[in-house]
Amino acid sequence: MTNNHLAADLPVSRQQDAAGPTAKHSWKDVAADKAFNWSIAAAAFFVLISLSGAALSMLWGGRLAFETFGWRFFYGTEWDAVGKKFAALVPIYGTLVTSFIAILIAVPVSFGIAFFLTEVAPRWMRGPVASAIELLAGIPSIIYGMWGLFVFVPFMSDHIEPWLDSNLGPLPVIGSLFQGAPMGIGMLTAGIILGIMIIPFISSVMRDVFTLVPVTLKHSAYALGCTTWEVVWDVVLPYTRTAVVGGIMLGLGRALGETMAVTFVLGNAHNLSISLLEPGNSIAAAIANEFTEADSDIYLSSLIALGFLLFIVTFVVLAAAKLLLRRLERQKGA
Amino acid sequence: MRAVSQSRFRWRHAKNRIAMGLSTLAALFGLFWLAWILLTTFINGASAINFKLFTEMTPPPGDEGGLLNAIFGSLVMVGVGIILGTPIGIAAGTFLAERARRSKLGETIRFVNDILLSAPSIVIGLFVYTLIVRQTGHFSGWAGGIALAFILLPVVVRTTDEMLQLVPNSMREAALALGLPQWKLTTQILYRAASAGMVTGVLLAIARISGETAPLLFTALNNQFWTDNPANPMANIPVVIFQYALSPYDSWHSLAWAGALIVTIFVLFISITSRALLARRRHGND
Repeated sequence: MTNNHLAADLPVSRQQDAAGPTAKHSWKDVAADKAFNWSIAAAAFFVLISLSGAALSMLWGGRLAFETFGWRFFYGTEWDAVGKKFAALVPIYGTLVTSFIAILIAVPVSFGIAFFLTEVAPRWMRGPVASAIELLAGIPSIIYGMWGLFVFVPFMSDHIEPWLDSNLGPLPVIGSLFQGAPMGIGMLTAGIILGIMIIPFISSVMRDVFTLVPVTLKHSAYALGCTTWEVVWDVVLPYTRTAVVGGIMLGLGRALGETMAVTFVLGNAHNLSISLLEPGNSIAAAIANEFTEADSDIYLSSLIALGFLLFIVTFVVLAAAKLLLRRLERQKGA
Repeated sequence: MRAVSQSRFRWRHAKNRIAMGLSTLAALFGLFWLAWILLTTFINGASAINFKLFTEMTPPPGDEGGLLNAIFGSLVMVGVGIILGTPIGIAAGTFLAERARRSKLGETIRFVNDILLSAPSIVIGLFVYTLIVRQTGHFSGWAGGIALAFILLPVVVRTTDEMLQLVPNSMREAALALGLPQWKLTTQILYRAASAGMVTGVLLAIARISGETAPLLFTALNNQFWTDNPANPMANIPVVIFQYALSPYDSWHSLAWAGALIVTIFVLFISITSRALLARRRHGND
């Protein structure tokens, strides 16, 4: 902080007591410094404005839909391009269900990976395995989508879904989740792919925070005779609880907004069904699929309103994640 | 008494072994998907790669052809994204690191930037659609490039901020003691000291925008023909993959696989090398 003051003061004081060419030179420096400071401040404000600009522009674009349909937009199930009636419950439901499946898969696996990378694996193996897992985050989502459509969907419909249908389908209560034609396309497939996609995000946060646990704490637990598992479950995890939840929220934010992978495998069907094997829709997939086909103002506006909804939900989730993780960053600093 | 504690001891160790086994399985689970996805892309893509990809345009339905206009369009739009996003990103990152390191304003901007960093890219697409496509009345390569710039921006802001904060304060003090103005100190000393990290940040951002599809769907759209004017709708590899993969034609499928392989190799190459550079840099500063 102090050097900032120095920077601002120095050229001015030189300008005052120096004469001739030096004064001219330092006057130029002051002007250049001012211009420089203004331009970097403007760039920083641009970042600040672009987020609110994104929110406002979508609210503005979606206002026709909000005005026309009112609250019904949030709980109605109709999506009728010909009759020009739109409501968002089906895509909202699809987004929530697929993200929930993704979290259900990604959280235990990510915890396992973080446990493996911090305690179980031999030291030489940790770096390469961690980088390989992070590569999963580097693969573009359209590649996940293509792989999902051409490889994973047939695999699900040939091997996994018939088994689910015949073995879990007849069960009471949960059975209805797994009934239906094994087409491969649907909520379950989309949820699994989303789960794979968010594993690297959650596991890298977990691994990072696990390594921040003070060594003395872990050593004390080992000295009391704890096993490795007991140290991680009873010492490391409680110590890092907040940040772990933050990491999960970060993954959830990704899953909610993921577009291309879901678009390929979800089926783009506006129907509301309990079964996870049925095709459905999600907010992001509906926008990606239908935006260029939207032929009326109200259709377009409904899709932008969906985008606004998605933006608000992911904003809340990501902001919560950020706040949970910030507390840990402070601990790291202290 | 002894028997009880013995069995309890055994149970705890068994539990430990099970947990360690499961964690190894979890790691293998992650690697398994990576291998499966990459192998599929490489096998399907390699059989579709040929010389025509780089000399012919995208074909009409069911026909043979190449990806030349899509490759060119992608390069142009990524280029526009880099040219627009990098200077703003570096400037904003400089402001955060040099002017607002611990202030409330700085924390707010960092917070907003981190949200932008993980915001769904389709939302950025919608934003640029209402901002530009609606105002100008048509889809264009410029709009696509601007959408990509918005996705590149937060990555560059963050790495610039982090890398400048790593530059030791003694360097700033020495330069100021010599009477250097702030702008000279920043551009000629701090940027030079942090250049490796800042370049890898930009590379990382390029890797991210090269595979982005969602923000291009309704900004650049697609174009079956050659155009070198970004004011027109422009073809680009991700959107071509999207359309061709969902089509019923085999020749389009194989072009989509070829495109997928090109994008994957490009993205992975950049992200692996930049991560390696960044890791070495961070390590060197510790």
